Amino acid sequence: MQTVKMVITGPFSSGKTEFIKTISEIDVVSTERSITPDSVESQEKSETTVAMDFGRITVDNDLVLYLFGTPGQRRFDFMWEILAEGMLGFVVMVDSSKPETFREARSILETFRAYAPTPYVVAANKQDHADAWKPEDLRIALRIEDENVKLLPCIATDIEYVREVLLELLYSILEEMDSN
Amino acid sequence: MALKGNLAVFTTTQLLNLINLSKRSGSLTIFEGVETGEKMMLGDGRTQIDKLVAGKPLARLNFREGKLVFAEMQSKDGHLASILQRSGKLNEEQSRLIRQRAEALKMSDKGLALSLINANYVTQKDIIQSIQKHTVSIVFDLMTWKREPFEFKEGDQAPASRILVPIDLRNIIIEGTRIQNEQLELEKEIPNLDMALRFAEDPSSFKNIKLGANEWRVVGFINPKNSIRQIAKACNMTDTEIRRIVYALLQAGLVQMVKPQVEAKRRPDIRHPVPRNTPDRDVVNRLITKIKTINKTP
Repeated sequence: MQTVKMVITGPFSSGKTEFIKTISEIDVVSTERSITPDSVESQEKSETTVAMDFGRITVDNDLVLYLFGTPGQRRFDFMWEILAEGMLGFVVMVDSSKPETFREARSILETFRAYAPTPYVVAANKQDHADAWKPEDLRIALRIEDENVKLLPCIATDIEYVREVLLELLYSILEEMDSN
Repeated sequence: MALKGNLAVFTTTQLLNLINLSKRSGSLTIFEGVETGEKMMLGDGRTQIDKLVAGKPLARLNFREGKLVFAEMQSKDGHLASILQRSGKLNEEQSRLIRQRAEALKMSDKGLALSLINANYVTQKDIIQSIQKHTVSIVFDLMTWKREPFEFKEGDQAPASRILVPIDLRNIIIEGTRIQNEQLELEKEIPNLDMALRFAEDPSSFKNIKLGANEWRVVGFINPKNSIRQIAKACNMTDTEIRRIVYALLQAGLVQMVKPQVEAKRRPDIRHPVPRNTPDRDVVNRLITKIKTINKTP
């Protein structure tokens, strides 16, 4: 049995867990912990990932794809390097409606690029939100000058978008193989 | 879809860069920030800043195809007579009388400008230069604002009565960046001096760009093989000085940050790359086939 893995990363509350839940064939193995009720984090969501999320897509008897979601909070970033090991590629999730998280998204992107020069795509999540920035604006805000890097609209709860993001990442992997 | 945010997390310079690069037309309004008593969480999940909501408008900029064409700020008198006075084309008494007359006759800026030119008070060039100076000074002021809410409205046009003077944003961005340089901010923008630089793909971006002596020195060393740290050493610059220059060049779209071709000397806090799993084509194709068939209901 061969297993391959992809990493879903991004800032706090960008939709990583939701993304994996939407496409995983198993109930996501989550390490979410409740956020203190009175904290600022709790205004965003009630639970946060502290170690990783884990989803699975079985291709056939010989091949399984694992999806690993990284913890969004910086204090758990020691997990990032562990999760990045051996990844095929990665998805950077960005909450398009929260410009206050763009700088962190860029920093995470650079960190993961430093871990491994694998292909990656950026998912402009929450495109159904009224205040969402358009993907082309996010490209400038995140300073992704390389037009070969795909910046894709996404709604992490919608299987169509999630499937498209993963497919585009796989196409990028193929393109990289061709260029090598 | 309006572009909304807060200058605490997306600065004036970044906004101008976005508008310039995407060649937008519309209006950018900066509002007074009204405290809500709540906090807003940044993307690292631990840093909190005050959550502000938009109050009364404080400033407005208008753009046409990425060029700045008009600016007004509540705290800066934008009447043409005042603008000409501030740039030394009219004295205080002239300005006062012309303003009184223009207001009595309900003249627009355009009408007033025509009257002043016909009366040989000023030339067309004087008016354009004075308005440019006024507009740019508003932008430089805005660059020092740190927390106000903003909103960009696509297609929203400047008042028809005002004189619109198109100004290329790239030189403003470079100059404004010089003004607003603050070490902490720059460190956040360019955290890793071990990255390298390369020139932008489009050589036309260099047209009409004015660089200072220090910027030219840095430009001479730009090469994907040289890390920013190495360039700073070669130019005998401090980390802050090199950050200032690289930030300006990045914002103007002249260079791009890339991983150095030859690995730069590592800083102790940079982690080593993890081993990479190289897949074969068959595995990737099987994954694609599988994912295409997934139709799970969320």
